[in-house]
Amino acid sequence: MNRLRQIPGDYLAVAALLVVLGTLPFFLDRFYLSLALLILFWAYLGNAWNIMGGYTGLFSFGHAMFYGIGAYTSTVLLVDYAISPWVGMLAGAILAGLFGAFVGFLLSRFGVRGHFFALGTFAIAEMVRLLATEFEFINTSIGIHIPLVRGDSWIRLQFEETFANYYYVILILFLIGQIITITIVRNKLGYYFQAIRENEEAAASLGVNALRYKVISVAISAALTAIAGSFFAQYFLFIDPTIVFGVSVSVQILLRPIVGGVGTIWGPFVGALLLTPLAEFTRSVVRKPPSFLDFIEGRAGVDVMLFGAILIIVVLFMPDGLIGAGKRIWRRFKKQNDTTAQPQGTD
Amino acid sequence: MTPLLNLKGLTKRFGGLVAVNDVNLTLGKEEILGLIGPNGAGKTTLFNMISGTYLPTSGQILFEDKDITDLPPHKIASLGISRTFQLVKPFAKLTVVDNVMIGTFLRTRGNKQAREKAREVVKFVGLEQYADRPAHNLTTSGRKRLELARALALEPKILLLDEVMAGLTPTESLAIVELIRAIREAGITILVIEHVMKAIMSLSDRVAVLHHGELIAIDLPAEVTSDERVIEAYLGEEFEIAAN
Repeated sequence: MNRLRQIPGDYLAVAALLVVLGTLPFFLDRFYLSLALLILFWAYLGNAWNIMGGYTGLFSFGHAMFYGIGAYTSTVLLVDYAISPWVGMLAGAILAGLFGAFVGFLLSRFGVRGHFFALGTFAIAEMVRLLATEFEFINTSIGIHIPLVRGDSWIRLQFEETFANYYYVILILFLIGQIITITIVRNKLGYYFQAIRENEEAAASLGVNALRYKVISVAISAALTAIAGSFFAQYFLFIDPTIVFGVSVSVQILLRPIVGGVGTIWGPFVGALLLTPLAEFTRSVVRKPPSFLDFIEGRAGVDVMLFGAILIIVVLFMPDGLIGAGKRIWRRFKKQNDTTAQPQGTD
Repeated sequence: MTPLLNLKGLTKRFGGLVAVNDVNLTLGKEEILGLIGPNGAGKTTLFNMISGTYLPTSGQILFEDKDITDLPPHKIASLGISRTFQLVKPFAKLTVVDNVMIGTFLRTRGNKQAREKAREVVKFVGLEQYADRPAHNLTTSGRKRLELARALALEPKILLLDEVMAGLTPTESLAIVELIRAIREAGITILVIEHVMKAIMSLSDRVAVLHHGELIAIDLPAEVTSDERVIEAYLGEEFEIAAN
């Protein structure tokens, strides 16, 4: 018991989630299990984004570029060279990490900050998307189908029969991602990231090489994001430049951490927990609306509108996200209890 | 004895404005040198050149006989020159100890050691009761102490203090003066910009006076206060009367 106490709560939460979420496939049917899969998928991506966007204060509006690099790397290696997607995943992560380091260096070296940094990432991501529609070796804008495998294959990362395997893969990825972030945040790297976010000049005066740590932050975030891109390719079995490099991917990635709480360990997960079911629900309503909502039938983009509305509400009323709002309410509640317990007050 | 810090003909121009003009200055080991002068005299610009924020237009900065003129701020900090900012720059969302840890990581190995060292420094500047609170909760005086703590966290050889007493009450200033003395006792050389005359005169071994970017006097405190050019440029006659 004593030893257990020394393990920080965040790591214990990861262990608890492994147990709780690991048993879900025994209870949930295919529909709810795929919803759970999507929640973890977006939570994983939100966490990857959060390392640079939340902790280092480098707001990325172009994470689709890293996601797409991951998706295309593993897919091209699989389809053209018959290399296992697991290897492709790793290769994609390395490639995206290098590309991320380059993007981070390019933008930071020339002092691009704040809104302009976000615009810079957006512009680069769009360039990458446009390039992808032109490159012959990735089949231009037509996209690539991943050949189907009969039955389940761990080497080919395809599970025709046992859908739960996909769920387990993303669950493990999600938990590893959380452990990476928790470990970063508890150590020098995370302290330096946050110092750069809070005040770059002060950080430099304390011996922090801001450029170097920004580059590291973007590289880590990019590599993790690419892994989810590879996973998506194996899950959806088709990719094209719009699906993996599109603006909507970038928006989807940053939405959850912002709603959940930027720069917090569990913010992306909380955001995904709220937004992902909402998106799926809206989509199913649009597909088959109740009679009084006839007019929205089959109209695409209603979920995006809803997301927009939620985003506005969160930014206006909960700038530090659901986690931040929750903490504030908890503090107020505690304060009230404290003052009723000892009406004199000591301060 | 070779000086710890040696400024040679240091000049900084911003377009047509000469902020610092041909300043020659040496700083000996364990000395406290006060830097005074009217607003806009170039004191902070001088600090910014020493700490690497600004590149001098011309001139040289030697630290322990090594040329550091062109080095970026983080390198100069790691060599052993740390600074505070006139407008305090706390990492607002981090706790006081975490703020200081950003500095202690440089000279320690691992998280645990960095934290222990940071706690020591926080205690030294008298902030231990706020150690685990976010920095944005601190009062002005607390923020000034935090600036000091972070600068000390680097275990510097030279400490550059930019108006650490500005905005403080006389009692609070007095406490800071005591703190600065204790820092010197620990063997740290200090260059201090200050407008609180009483504090700087009692604290400094020597006082340098900047006026329109030029060094017009550098001498013992008593000599400087009776220097006519200094009185005219900065102190004013009232100070002379008060000093007598």
